[in-house]
Amino acid sequence: MNILIKIIYAIISVIVAIVWGLTLGGIVRKIYARVHGRYGPPIWQPFLDIIKSHGKRVSISHGIMFYLGPVFRFGGGLGTYLFIPVIYGSTVFANFSMAGDLLLVMYFIFFGQLGMALGAGEGGHPYSPLGIARGLSQMSTFELPFSLAVIAVAIQYNSLNITTIVAAQQGGILNWTLFTNPFAVIAAMISLLGMNMHSPFSLVLAPQEIPIGPPIEMNGSFLATLQTNRGLFGAAKLVLFMNLFFGGATNLPIMMIKTFLIYLVSVIIGASFPRFRPEQSFRFFLKWPTIIGIISIIFISYF
Amino acid sequence: MKKEDIEKIEEQMKLANEGLPEKERQLFSDARPTSVPPLNKYLEKFLNWGRAQSLWFLGFGTGCGAVELRPLMTSRFDISRYGIAGRPTPRQSGVFIIGGYASMKTVKRIVRSYEQMQGPKFVIALGSCTINGGMYYDSYNTINRIDHYIPVDVYIAGCMPRPEAIIAGFNKLKEKIKTGKADGMNKYAENFDWYKKNQKQIIKDWNMPDFNW
Amino acid sequence: MEQLLNRIKDKIEIESLKKRDDLYFINVKEEHIIFLLSYLKEHEGFTHLAFLQAVDFQEYNLFQLTYMLYNYNIKVNLGIKVMIDREKAEMVSIHKLWNHAWQYQRELHELFGINFPNSPNVNESFVLEGWEDIPPMRRDFDTLKYSSETFYQRPGRSTNDPKEYMREKLYKNFVEPPKIRKEND
Repeated sequence: MNILIKIIYAIISVIVAIVWGLTLGGIVRKIYARVHGRYGPPIWQPFLDIIKSHGKRVSISHGIMFYLGPVFRFGGGLGTYLFIPVIYGSTVFANFSMAGDLLLVMYFIFFGQLGMALGAGEGGHPYSPLGIARGLSQMSTFELPFSLAVIAVAIQYNSLNITTIVAAQQGGILNWTLFTNPFAVIAAMISLLGMNMHSPFSLVLAPQEIPIGPPIEMNGSFLATLQTNRGLFGAAKLVLFMNLFFGGATNLPIMMIKTFLIYLVSVIIGASFPRFRPEQSFRFFLKWPTIIGIISIIFISYF
Repeated sequence: MKKEDIEKIEEQMKLANEGLPEKERQLFSDARPTSVPPLNKYLEKFLNWGRAQSLWFLGFGTGCGAVELRPLMTSRFDISRYGIAGRPTPRQSGVFIIGGYASMKTVKRIVRSYEQMQGPKFVIALGSCTINGGMYYDSYNTINRIDHYIPVDVYIAGCMPRPEAIIAGFNKLKEKIKTGKADGMNKYAENFDWYKKNQKQIIKDWNMPDFNW
Repeated sequence: MEQLLNRIKDKIEIESLKKRDDLYFINVKEEHIIFLLSYLKEHEGFTHLAFLQAVDFQEYNLFQLTYMLYNYNIKVNLGIKVMIDREKAEMVSIHKLWNHAWQYQRELHELFGINFPNSPNVNESFVLEGWEDIPPMRRDFDTLKYSSETFYQRPGRSTNDPKEYMREKLYKNFVEPPKIRKEND
């Protein structure tokens, strides 16, 4: 009986995350449009796009892996989200948080990309493997500073449980990791830029170079699944960062405000800078964020 | 019907793919396009509303009309207000814009791209050249009526039409989609032989499958 | 420039024509064309081949080929015109002199039916894939007839003389201005 209630809670939590993630996407499109001097699409445009994509009457597939690619991607997003406690102290939004969930979440962040790589590769379009090669290489490079930051946080709080980490940051803004371990936060925020894939790190979906990249052959419901995952996975990443570095949230409005502000960092940088070339992006991640990440570990271990 | 009869009809329905060399024929599908009936009334109405609100177009810059598509996307005539956005791949886009005259060489590419698009797909033909040949009506190389080669939903007349006219054309298309009249895909599937006959009449070196899935 | 023309005239028989200070034309016989082009390229600094095009002189049964050269040092365009036979349209390929000339030659081969032996890819189709009629830029090709036979004309097409039509529709009260004689006439 207990597990049934837990499942119902998880479903509610997932739906809230998808809706919030897609709305964030709509808001961000609007912000970009205003930066360009345009009016911009309505905020609910991502939902309409998903309805449209599901409404396609015909859909072409290239094989079994082509079906499984979007499923793996969505599974990766779902896995990432379901092991993060979204709101501290809430039973509905606690999800399946447990001891050591931080490692599981970090695994799931990578998992979706790998599944997508297999699926998109079967599409056979030459741009898909190009996009996948760029995506996976960039992923490996920005995982490095992110892992260093996470290790620093784990050393600091002596725990791999996200709930414990959030609990340790309660009681005032000065208890946040942002102030107790600033180097880790800087390294992690830079790798978040790569994770969100806004420019200058929008190598994968670069529409001017490799049109749309890996999902170029995806159509209809395949694409709709990917779009839904973009909402869910986007929300999950932001919630993870909020939990690890910005003191978590005790209720829904605070969660929304904090995730929006974290996302805004990506958006401001994305709206002001042009795109890196792949090798520039890889070198960038392996240089400064990695050094800052190492400094953060030294800082937290010896000072 | 007997099972054998069905198999016989299915055999007749298969495309020959004569343009392809023998060893490549098995790489491509030989099935014909089939017309897909709409779903039940209310669901179809809802989906039509959704389709009208989110139009992703594939711009085919064959002629001067493509020049008028750029200002549509930039700040002056911001087309994304209406949920319309460009998409670089035919697999994901639902609206096909023929940007001006189509020569015999480009008709081949137009047909390929059109057939690769999925689902309910709509075609907007920009400019007089697509309607009756325009100023190129006596050219040896420019086809006169695009609607003999692919089904067209909305024409935008003009030489060239201004971005305002294109926005008006998009609004017309939205109305058509909402009322369920924009059914070019089924029209293409039902009159497949007629369209193929017209296409093969001008594309002399047919080196692609008869239907590009 | 005049000196240059005189230097050429010493070697082969040409007619020259000055259009502007920076635009000259030379008429040359078919057998001298390779000598002239390589001389201009190697010794006089006309290193750039801007275009190679053909004109159909159906009345004289000739094709006129124009090789447009450009000199970056003295900034002069030089067009070299050569007449070739229309029935047996064949010309020496110059892709050894300018590598990109093969593309022009391929185009001329398709649109005019001029043959360039040994030019690379000259038989590949350029814009007309699978063309079966006579080359369309020849003047004995009736493009309106071809168009109305091949493509589907939309009925109801009419044409107007723009001058008459505009006067009728827009400027009904327009009075023709009196003609002013120029002093030179």
